[in-house]
Amino acid sequence: MYPPVFDRRSFIGAGAAGALTLALAPRMAFAKADTDRRFIFVIQRGAADGMGIVAPVGDPAFAAARGMLAEDFVGAARLDGMFALHPAMPTLRALYGQKQALFAHAVASPYRDRSHFDGQNVLESGGTSAYQEKDGWLNRLLGVLPPTQAKAIAVSATVPLALRGKHDVSSYAPSNLPRASDDLLQRVAMLYQGDSQLHALWSEAMNTRALTGDLAAGGGANAAATGALAAKLMVPANGARIAMIETGGWDTHTGQRQRLGAQLKGLDAMIGALQTGLGPLWSDTMVLVATEFGRTVAVNGTGGTDHGTGSSAMLLGGAVRGGRVLADWPGLSQAALFEGRDLRPTMQLDAFIGGAVAGHFRVEPARAMAALFPASRGTKAVSGLV
Amino acid sequence: MSKASIALNRFGLGARADQPVPSDPVGWLTGQFAKYDPKPDAIANAPTSAGVSAELADYFRQQRALRAEAGGRPGRPARAMTDAPMQMAAPGMQTAPAMAGPTAPVQSDAIKQARQFAQRSGRNDYAGAVGARATNALITDTPFVERLVHFWANHFAVSADKLQVIGLSGTMEFEAIRPHVLGRFRDMLSAVERHPAMLLYLDQAVSVGPNSPLGSRIALRGNRKVGLNENLAREILELHTLGVRTGYSQGDVTEFARAMTGWTVAGIGQGPGARAAGTDGVPGDFVFAAPLHEPGDRMVMGRSYPAGGVKQAQAVLDDVAAAPATATHIATKLARHFAGDTPPPAMVARLQAAFLTSGGDLPTVYRALIASPEAWVEQPLKFKTPWEWTISALRGLNVKTADPLVMTGLMTQLGQPVWRPGQPVGYDDIAESWAGPDAVLRRVEAAERFAARATNVDARALAPKLFPGAVSPATATAIANCESPAQGLALLLVAPEFLRR
Repeated sequence: MYPPVFDRRSFIGAGAAGALTLALAPRMAFAKADTDRRFIFVIQRGAADGMGIVAPVGDPAFAAARGMLAEDFVGAARLDGMFALHPAMPTLRALYGQKQALFAHAVASPYRDRSHFDGQNVLESGGTSAYQEKDGWLNRLLGVLPPTQAKAIAVSATVPLALRGKHDVSSYAPSNLPRASDDLLQRVAMLYQGDSQLHALWSEAMNTRALTGDLAAGGGANAAATGALAAKLMVPANGARIAMIETGGWDTHTGQRQRLGAQLKGLDAMIGALQTGLGPLWSDTMVLVATEFGRTVAVNGTGGTDHGTGSSAMLLGGAVRGGRVLADWPGLSQAALFEGRDLRPTMQLDAFIGGAVAGHFRVEPARAMAALFPASRGTKAVSGLV
Repeated sequence: MSKASIALNRFGLGARADQPVPSDPVGWLTGQFAKYDPKPDAIANAPTSAGVSAELADYFRQQRALRAEAGGRPGRPARAMTDAPMQMAAPGMQTAPAMAGPTAPVQSDAIKQARQFAQRSGRNDYAGAVGARATNALITDTPFVERLVHFWANHFAVSADKLQVIGLSGTMEFEAIRPHVLGRFRDMLSAVERHPAMLLYLDQAVSVGPNSPLGSRIALRGNRKVGLNENLAREILELHTLGVRTGYSQGDVTEFARAMTGWTVAGIGQGPGARAAGTDGVPGDFVFAAPLHEPGDRMVMGRSYPAGGVKQAQAVLDDVAAAPATATHIATKLARHFAGDTPPPAMVARLQAAFLTSGGDLPTVYRALIASPEAWVEQPLKFKTPWEWTISALRGLNVKTADPLVMTGLMTQLGQPVWRPGQPVGYDDIAESWAGPDAVLRRVEAAERFAARATNVDARALAPKLFPGAVSPATATAIANCESPAQGLALLLVAPEFLRR
């Protein structure tokens, strides 16, 4: 009926040689223009288990509360007196050593129920309840940045909620479909001229295609390639300054040890590829990794965990004041838990995000909070993250 | 759009050039209820749960034997298998980056080969089912009912992400949705929640009552890997029936999960619970395993459910199926599907009333839907999903069979792999999720390929057949100005008329 659609387009190279050169290059102090700052939001869809990522091994209740899930951390290198990082993330461990990784713990958005989809809506819209805000905080951020910085892209075929709103953003993901002929592309452009929705979409698609050249190729089907792709979209002088990467697979109701370990290995590879791909720009880059809510402290009946509340979040990059775990640790004794089952949140995720973004882009914190999280009135941004 | 064009495109799956334009659009829609075939040829020849489950059961048996031979713990399937990630036949675009799969323990070649074989047959079953679904959608003469089948399969979404679910994902639509699409909601709900794909996908098959006979025995031995899993119970309330934020509490979820313990699958379940429960029977069949069931009365949403084995959870299901919140939830989703991303409140109220007064009789609800003026407004109301667009494009070209591997690859490239939404909420039904710059570009690329293969089709003549009385002058002119018939056809397939319904 029609031909197979898997062919063409060369692969996005994130070569080992490039990585080596970078690792050996001395960290140079460049004079930074505004246009040099990069921000990447990696969303963990499915409620990532913060306690399985940054484990409070120094909490006396930890081992008993977590049972078999604590076993991953036997012998894991400690970050400080309380916390240890999951061993599947050597890149992040190295970044922490270089003071380029900061973990926040016992954080939560204002959402307190346990639906993924409502929780993700709050995390992405920046509201205090689901469906309160119609657009996303990352889109609203574009409104407070200078025009040179306000260029954003979703590294996916469609634009996720956090990036949706009145400011134009782009989206891109590699495709294996055969490339359409230039003549057809021009005719489509003409056909869409009178249709405002399709006209805008098409202009954006053509702009992005011009930017990405031939990197649309073949693969991109694994986490490292996605990281490399995001970096490639952000390196050019006229490229994106803000990017969002969606990751799924964090909903570990069963067999969590194996599944979470594999997820974290992928995340670690993605961050490594971002760092490699951004090269010298890494020193002025901030990566935020966050999830909609955490998981139960106790292991459920099937070696997994169920939907919970407090989780962890990460800031990574050369622009981060890292080498720290930021937590007002609530403890894991039964009495300390939220609703008797979840890690009790002690830090507001929106205050953490607001502080990170404000510091990174040198925006006045109260102004950033008002724009990004208008419903969180009076919430003060966390300071000193950058 | 004309009424005929609305019936064909918004209610149907897109017109076929070789089928007549309906002269009585409403009669054409309602007439399909009598003509609908739950098991047409294309579906009748597709993989079944029994067949897929037999393969899986064989595989697990083989694993156990090989493990025993290798000195491993006998009777325990390799753990790496439980959630082996699905590698599609055609690698392609991913909306979310694929993370590395679980690290398999060191395994002998034989075990590895058995696993590869099981994955391959799962993928073949999956592709076969996708091909059957697509072929049937291309040739059906009850396209409105087929659209409803697709709607319900997405409402009760399973995602082919686990090894056991890959091959079963399509069989749930064929075996639990199709027979009930013109029946009562309660019966469809019951069939879905008892289907192996759902029981395995949302972990119900491994849930064990902590105080059940088996749970108590295992607790004595200090095994903490066996116990309650509330995943399916929560999603039934949140997604399948009442809808999120409709008043149930965490306690209701847990109580319902306790009531559901024992609902499991014969022969292909995993873990000590499934095996020790002695769930013999035909692999893939629903079984109620009493040794797994949490004893006692349950209190769900203020109502007491006395102990009663399999009937206890069924009673909860029956009650939530008939709840007003469920009627609102279903009415809202149907109105969104046919009358726009923001469902018109009056229409939702009408559908809800039809649902409640008829006791969840679905044809009554569909008749209220057809009778709703909000679904007949002339301007397009929906941006087509990749599935809707692909099926309508191929129907428009008179394509009559879908190659399974090509179809699975294509849907992955276009961003909507069939039965694989990745989340139990299913795929979104709003334009914002599908109308992306890159997504439109991909449709243009695919359209050019479709058009290159079509011969002797004149897009100028085809357009008014597919969109009777509804082709815009801009589209007609653009097609007429094309440099070749194929280019005109490609342009038609991505014209505004074709991207929306």
